[in-house]
This record gives sequence, C-alpha cells and structure tokens, in this order.
Amino acid sequence: MSLAHDSRIAVRHAALAQRPARVWPEINHPAAWIVAAILVIMPLIANGFFLIEIFASTLILGTMALSLMVLAGYGGMVSLMQLTIAGFSAYMVAVFGISGNANISLGWPWWLAVPMALALATAFGTLGGALAVRTEGIYTIMITLAIGAAFYYFTNQNWAIFNGHTGINTVATPHFWGVNWRADIPFYYIVLAVAALCYFAVEYLSRAPFGLALQGVRDNPRRMAALGFNVNAHRVAAYAFASFIAALAGVLQVWNYRQISPGSVSVGACIDVLIIAVVGGITRPIGPFIGALIFVLLRTFALDFLVRIGLDGNRFRLLIGLGFLAIVFWSSDGVIGLWQRWRQSRGADRSGGGRRHG
Amino acid sequence: MDSVAHRLSAVGAGAALELRGVTRLFGALAALTDVTLTVRPGERRAVLGSNGAGKTTLFNCITGDFPPSSGTIRFFGEDVTHFPPYERIRRGLRRTYQISALFPGLTVQDNVYLACRGVSRGRFSFLRPGQNDALMHAADNLVQAVHLSAVKDQRVAELAHGQQRQLEIALALAGAPRFVLFDEPAAGLSPTERAELIEILTSLPPHIGYIIIEHDMDVALRVVESVTMMHNGRIFKEGLPEEIQSDPEVQELYLGGGHE
Repeated sequence: MSLAHDSRIAVRHAALAQRPARVWPEINHPAAWIVAAILVIMPLIANGFFLIEIFASTLILGTMALSLMVLAGYGGMVSLMQLTIAGFSAYMVAVFGISGNANISLGWPWWLAVPMALALATAFGTLGGALAVRTEGIYTIMITLAIGAAFYYFTNQNWAIFNGHTGINTVATPHFWGVNWRADIPFYYIVLAVAALCYFAVEYLSRAPFGLALQGVRDNPRRMAALGFNVNAHRVAAYAFASFIAALAGVLQVWNYRQISPGSVSVGACIDVLIIAVVGGITRPIGPFIGALIFVLLRTFALDFLVRIGLDGNRFRLLIGLGFLAIVFWSSDGVIGLWQRWRQSRGADRSGGGRRHG
Repeated sequence: MDSVAHRLSAVGAGAALELRGVTRLFGALAALTDVTLTVRPGERRAVLGSNGAGKTTLFNCITGDFPPSSGTIRFFGEDVTHFPPYERIRRGLRRTYQISALFPGLTVQDNVYLACRGVSRGRFSFLRPGQNDALMHAADNLVQAVHLSAVKDQRVAELAHGQQRQLEIALALAGAPRFVLFDEPAAGLSPTERAELIEILTSLPPHIGYIIIEHDMDVALRVVESVTMMHNGRIFKEGLPEEIQSDPEVQELYLGGGHE
C-alpha cells in the first residue's frame, strides 16, 4: 500500500495540464506517434534476436506489469501474484494444448486451449483477489506473495498436472492460414497487438465509470461506500480485469519460450514484476512497458558490460537493484515521473501534451 | 416538555429515521447508550453536544460506517440495522464528513460524477460517459449548485479548504437524497462561506430532511426546526431551538460552559 500511497503524491505533482473532456483514448503527442510507428515497422529495423529477445520480451513482461499497474496505480492494491496468474495461464495452455509431454497435455487445438487457459487463470486471479481484498496494505502484499509462493512449490511437487520441476516442454504454437505464428515476425506482431490492446483498454478504462470508481476506492474507500459503492466488489472486479491481462501475457510467454517450468513462476520472478512496474512508474499505463524495457535491456546486456569491467556477469540483478533503489529514492513515480519533472523544469509553459494521470 | 416530545416524535411508520435503543461500544467504552430517536421526513434537526458526546458515532451508526452494538435503525420504515453502508446510501441516505473525505487524486467533476454514479446503475460500466451522458449533466448541475464550476477540472488536492467543504456537501446531494446527515459542515469556513452554506441548506427541497451536527449556533439554529442535545453518549434533551437555547440545564452543560 505504501507504494501506491507514494505514487498518489506523485500524481498530484504531475497535475499541470487541464484535461479536456475525452471520450476515446487518443494519441495526441508527436512522440507517442513516433514510438507507435517505430513499433509497427520494427521488423524492418531489428533482427530476430532484437525483435523477440528484446522487444517481444519487453512487451510480454510489460503486459504482466501492466496488470499490476491497474491494481496498484488505480486500485491502491499491491499484488505480488500477477506473475503467478500469468504462469498459471501458461501452464494451462501447455496442459490443455499440445506439448512434448503427451502423458499430461490433453492435445486440444490452440483456439480451445487458449480461451480455457484465459478463463481458468482469470478465475484463479479473481479468487486470489477475493481473498486479498479482505486485507489492506502490507497484508495484501503478504497474502498475494503467499499465493505466489504456494503455486511455485505446488508446481515443483505436483507431477500429475504440472510435471514437477521439469515442467512442460515443447509446447505447440499456432499454425494456421499457412503461417507459423511463432516465427519471429508474426509472433512479434501478435505480441504487439495484444500489448497495445491491453494498454489502450487500461487507458480507456481509467476514464470509464469502473476505472474512476477504482481510483475513488484507492483514494478513500470509506467515502466510496458512503456514495453507494460496494467497495470490495469493485476491488474483486479489478482483480478479475487485471488477471485477464496477466493471463493474456502468460499465453504469450508460453508461446515465446515454448515451455513452462516452476522456474518461470518463482518468487523471484513475482518480485521482478513489481520491480518492473515500480521502476517504470505505476501511475500511468505506459510506465510498466518502460520498466520492462529497462529490465530486459539490463538483463540482456549487463552481462557483457559487467564481464568487461571485471565483475561476475550474473550480477545484473545488482544493477537492477541499484536502479530500483535510486528510483524509489528519487522518484516515487518511476522513470515516467523523472521524465515528467525534467520536462516541467524545461518549460512549464509547453502544453502537457495529454500526459495526464494514468 | 411532554407536548414538545409528542410533536417531535412523529408516528412510527411515517418516520424518515427511527432509532430504537441504539448502543455502540468501543471495547468497554460506551460511545452511544440506548439512543432512541425519531425524525419525520423533511424534518431538519440539529444534534448538539460537547466533544465526545457521541454525535459523530451516532452518524456512523446510522450510515453503517460502524454497525451499532445493539438496537435497531429504520430508514423510511425499513430495518437497515444490518445493511452495509452502500445499501443505505442507495435507499436515499447521505452524509458528509467532519474531516473532508474526498478523492484528492481526481478532479472536482470526477468526484461529483462518482457521487452521481454511486447511486445509479452502471457502477461497473467499462464504457466512458459520452457527451450527452445524463449523469455528467447531473454532476455539472451539482458542481454549479455549490459554486465550484470555476474549478471543476482541478484536482481536489489543489482546492482551498472552503471549496473542499462545499464539494463535501455536493457529494452528499447527488442523486435523489431523502435524508442527509451533515457532520459539522461549517467547520473552518469564513463568515461569507458560512452565509453560503446557510443558503444551500435552507434552499434544499422541503422533502429532504437532515440532521446537522454543528458547534456554531448561528448556523445550527438558523437552519433547523428541532434540536436534540446529547451528553455522554445519551440523548439529554429534545426540543425547539428556542426552548433548548433558553433551557438552564443545557446552558450550564453546553452553551455557557467550557465549549471552545
């Protein structure tokens, strides 16, 4: 809760631009158009490694962190189980779909296995949320962390469904219309489409009654009840929505690696999602994607850099940790908060370009 | 006295609000003891009493913020004792808070819009309100009614104290209120703002009754027709404003005494 609380203070700092009445989300900043254009023509610029290992990974992790951003930034609920929900969804794709572990996988076609996985993972996250909303602040963090840890150990020990510590390998990916959708370029576009859809859905929702009510619940749950809102029902619905986003990311993740094992749902990975969201900034939906890009770049390139200066390459987490500390120290609104303040100090008279609250 | 009590306690079934034997304990401390109170629809009443007399606890029990430890609460004849706050609000009960309870991260317009949305359908709607959204218009009108149109796109955190108090009232008047609980609405207001507040309260449609907790007698006694005095969690006296004002016991206890 303290994270969300801090972010709230930052929200007020960012409150310069008056918000025009808007119905549809619009990209009204030139930089946003440029970023969108670059993302669309990325396959022309980047080779397969960059396309998948950097950009698709960023978008998948960013989508997971986006689901946390919805809960923490709008709802004031810090959930550490968002990666667990994504992992559950990934496992369900492997279990219901086709994989190398024929004794486990049911062999459903992807267009049946994926909706099944999404539905089950959303139900799983909603149930977890229904437990978590009975608590506040640090206890929400603890209970969702407990769910994440329990799932991790369960996958390690359960062989009938989750195939223990070896996990499920060689998961089939979709082939239709004569296209191998896991080939680098088609897969990149699938990931981009899903991430963009989730991004715009969250952005749109922030101004819809449900999103506004969620922000009201964050600011003052007691008053929300005194205005006629069933606060816990709103919180559980937020978990359901966020779980669906996390579940989508989980499907993409299992298609990306073509396997899923307990290592992907470890407690450390759960915390990575929190770090990504906080480093990027949890007040706006773009934050988690920026955080994910930083995380993936560090994970990929810090190794070479560290080895070059004579340190163990596995210390990339040290860099991430230092970055995390610096962000928490200097900008409770993450990297977007830093950027925002830099822009404001450069010239407050320039229009805010629609960069409002998230 | 007897006749006054008779006049004030309306016929049971027609009452807007009917409390019977309401007690609220906090551990061993009885914040409210055996409070029985009846308020007619459209009646405007002040609840007076020193700090710790149980006035705000009374409000919290009526709205369900804290359920009473014993006793029953009826709202327009319906037993709401075990209803969650939002169910009572949806039935036309409203309240304001002594310390403004607003949504600082949202704009004035969004605050009022949420209040309008809370007492209508579509609370979970995923669709943004369009240009002709009826609730948006209702919110606009409310913002205007409390003189906040000039700041409607500002974040609440940036408002002056008096404006926040006015917004506090706007939130309680959203939808179709039948009965409102005002908890010290004049706290911290300037004389001009107090005059505006009195105007807002006296110009409410006559079918909307309210109970007002107010330390400022000039405000309280000008906007009510009856007064309930509380002391140590009990109802101490009920009467017309002038009777309460001239009552020697009341003067000793509250008006003359150590009230700051």
